[in-house]
Amino acid sequence: MAQLTRRSANLLKPFSASVSATRHLTTSDTTPITVETSLPFTGHKIEPPSRSVETTPKELLSFFRDMALMRRMEIAADSLYKAKLIRGFCHLYDGQEAVSVGMEAAITKKDCIITAYRDHCIFLGRGGTLLETFAELMGRKDGCSKGKGGSMHFYKKDSGFYGGHGIVGAQVPLGCGLAFAQKYSKDENVTFAMYGDGAANQGQLFEALNMSALWDLPAILVCENNHYGMGTAEWRAAKSPAYYKRGDYAPGLKVDGMDALAVKQACKFAKEHALKNGPIILEMDTYRYHGHSMSDPGSTYRTRDEISGIRQERDPIERIKKLILSHDLATEKELKDYEKEVRKEVDEAIAKAKECALPDSSELFTNVYKKGFGVESFGADRKELRAVLP
Amino acid sequence: MWGIIRQRAACKGNHALNLEQGIRAIALRAFSSSAKQMTVRDALNSALDEEMSADPKVFIMGEEVGEYQGAYKISKGLLDKYGPDRVVDTPITEAGFAGIGVGAAYYGLRPVIEFMTFNFSMQAIDHIINSAAKSNYMSAGQISVPIVFRGPNGAAAGVGAQHSQCYAAWYGAIPGLKVLAPYSSEDARGLLKAAIRDPDPVVFLENELLYGESFPISDEVLDSSFSLPIGKAKIEREGKDVTITAFSKMVGYALQAADILAKEGINAEVINLRTIRPLDRSTINSSVRKTNRLVTVEEGFPQHGVGAEICATVVEDSFEYLDAPVERIAGADVPMPYAANLERMAVPQVEDIVRAAKRACYRSR
Repeated sequence: MAQLTRRSANLLKPFSASVSATRHLTTSDTTPITVETSLPFTGHKIEPPSRSVETTPKELLSFFRDMALMRRMEIAADSLYKAKLIRGFCHLYDGQEAVSVGMEAAITKKDCIITAYRDHCIFLGRGGTLLETFAELMGRKDGCSKGKGGSMHFYKKDSGFYGGHGIVGAQVPLGCGLAFAQKYSKDENVTFAMYGDGAANQGQLFEALNMSALWDLPAILVCENNHYGMGTAEWRAAKSPAYYKRGDYAPGLKVDGMDALAVKQACKFAKEHALKNGPIILEMDTYRYHGHSMSDPGSTYRTRDEISGIRQERDPIERIKKLILSHDLATEKELKDYEKEVRKEVDEAIAKAKECALPDSSELFTNVYKKGFGVESFGADRKELRAVLP
Repeated sequence: MWGIIRQRAACKGNHALNLEQGIRAIALRAFSSSAKQMTVRDALNSALDEEMSADPKVFIMGEEVGEYQGAYKISKGLLDKYGPDRVVDTPITEAGFAGIGVGAAYYGLRPVIEFMTFNFSMQAIDHIINSAAKSNYMSAGQISVPIVFRGPNGAAAGVGAQHSQCYAAWYGAIPGLKVLAPYSSEDARGLLKAAIRDPDPVVFLENELLYGESFPISDEVLDSSFSLPIGKAKIEREGKDVTITAFSKMVGYALQAADILAKEGINAEVINLRTIRPLDRSTINSSVRKTNRLVTVEEGFPQHGVGAEICATVVEDSFEYLDAPVERIAGADVPMPYAANLERMAVPQVEDIVRAAKRACYRSR
């Protein structure tokens, strides 16, 4: 009885308080709600965690909020790319938002995340801003890497986000190195090294996993299995596409990556495991709506029916929306209003980013070294352009 | 003191060679009471020891660095002193442990990653270049990488084609890397200490054949705070007729060549580069502006080599000062053969350097 009144009280409050949908969705209600994950976890050499996940209205609404923002940001990036404001590579994450959002819910900013080039939403999840994202994508000086990195090279070291890497698979040994350093420094934190089903076949991954297991490093290898390594389906690239089992001696867990709560549960479980027993592999069964990158229509190797089917059945935002509605945490209209808010926020950030200047020409020569001690560097015509490295 | 002895020997004429050796032996004995000797191996070992002692963030990682005491005994005694957390033996997985090292450096530790030889660094070269060298730039200064990659580089003796390549030119081309190549024990100590203290990724190219060589070493060099500046070449021998640049083992050959040239009245200036990147163009150019002639010496393959860069830089910046075409002495443009006679032909010898210097001086044989 008490619960019912509380819920309806929440609903009544907003109408008198404000018009803005945002205020409804920032409820501080932390009444525990238990939800069952869509699918049970499957374990490899480990007892999987329970399907029952503890969450709160606050958390569910924040999942919706964050994922809606990520979704809108990626779609906006698509338009910017087509308008030629974003150049080079642009790998979009829409469809996979639940992995980022569920992971963040299970960890702290002292834990580290490292990923490959599909990094915009991970960056946002780690605390990056929309402006930093769009400015970086458009190569402006207010970008998170001052315009010098681009889509694939976002970093946020103060929140434990180590990039943003272009070479497939390289981020896995790097992530194990972060875990090595965390153990060396006795930090009691973990590193999530994310990679795709394409990268899962890389030799260096197995080299790093072997060392991590030998030395009990707090490394969690997260395979974001969106089933296509660029244009190659997993069954054409991997003799064994059961990526959670590929660690052999290292335990693994298969997770429904489209279910933010399942992701949260798995990451929480993995963190506890890694701190005590060394590396574990999480395979997130997820899907990307876009092609591999903006130069890939994404339809030469998969059917439009498959894509729309996943959107209908498994979309991560829709799932959270259904949960919110079924628990009466917000109304349909409030959620729609929120989506409009998000659109506005993204549009404003883009407008602001468009106003940002390109980096100053002198930035060509900065950050080559941390300590340049007055060494000379050259432009294309060394008799025309020489600079002293700071 | 050396100069006076050499001049006296030169005055005595062509039989000076035996006399030179005799004088050198006497001089060494005279010196040994005042100057200490140290092998390059001990110099590297002591530098590692001192830097690990001074900064708990420094650790060593590589194959056989711990229990085996180091494949070339460079890390001898360090496992006992610092324990397995700081002297880490790895499986034979260069790509993996180089990546782990770079990741640890991202977090703020100061790894010293050993490659048993730099030939094996090719397995890890993506991490050295794409993960380490470029990160500070791509992240606009957020992610700096204070890592050292060290190990023997270039030819050893009879180890064949896959174990003899010199990587100075390849790594020397990469913006974001610092590339060092010590010759003497003083170089080894000073440059390794500088490398470990440096906040940027450093490729430290040693030479297996130099590990056992002894060099005189002063008390200043033995002090634990000693270091040498990165990016500064050393004039090993002053001269006025021709500039000979060299690094690593070739410095010794260049000095021997200079002695031979001196007897023929050619006074060579020998520059020990010490740093390949950033190259000390200013010292090289000042020297060539003084001598007007250049011979570059390196062990590595000639095309796109270190010598090619030095010649280009001198032609660009000091063209009017050159009195003769620039000369390059380099390893032969072939994979390293095994047979002793062929191997000898594939690597520069002292007589090659002498011949090139004479050509630069327009002196026929």
